[in-house]
Amino acid sequence: MSLLQDKDREQVQQLFAGLSKPVKLVMFTQEFECELCKETRELVEEVASLAELVTAEVHNFALDKEKAEEYGVDKIPAVVVVGEKDHGIRFFGIPSGYEFSTLLEDIVNVSAQESGLSERTGAFLAGLKDPLHIQVFVTPT
Amino acid sequence: MALESDLVKADVVESMEFPHLAVKYHVQGVPRTIVNETIHFEGALPEARLVAELGKKLSE
Repeated sequence: MSLLQDKDREQVQQLFAGLSKPVKLVMFTQEFECELCKETRELVEEVASLAELVTAEVHNFALDKEKAEEYGVDKIPAVVVVGEKDHGIRFFGIPSGYEFSTLLEDIVNVSAQESGLSERTGAFLAGLKDPLHIQVFVTPT
Repeated sequence: MALESDLVKADVVESMEFPHLAVKYHVQGVPRTIVNETIHFEGALPEARLVAELGKKLSE
């Protein structure tokens, strides 16, 4: 069953046509999947199917505890957008509605290794001494 | 920002799926952005404002 409509799939394919480097969508779910875990996994697998450079890697949260810890995943469903390395970009819960475009944008940015941020922001980030953990709480739209 | 800096981790959290976190961080309206557990912002947050506010709050 396809979660995306045909025209959405086409739009995503077009967006992904410009990708240069591989991106992995590392997903954590569990064996007896909660409704949203299952849908998130299907969505992730569907997105990964739309471009050669995007791959889905699905892990079992309970069995792959070490991997979950490695990626800092403590709740599921979780999707980590990984490029050449783990940049600390994670989605908890199903990335639907507005968050879906955020996920796609993140895939494109990670692939291009370009954040699209301003110089001022870059300077701020360069001056950071301590870790910064940003959590954005959203609801499905 | 997470992409630019190794020190930054960014999570998007679907608050209805994790109600205990919504309660923990007093999420009533979204979006609500929490930085390092203690600094919070309500509503849409343009990049420049986030940077300016964090610059101030982190140096306090």
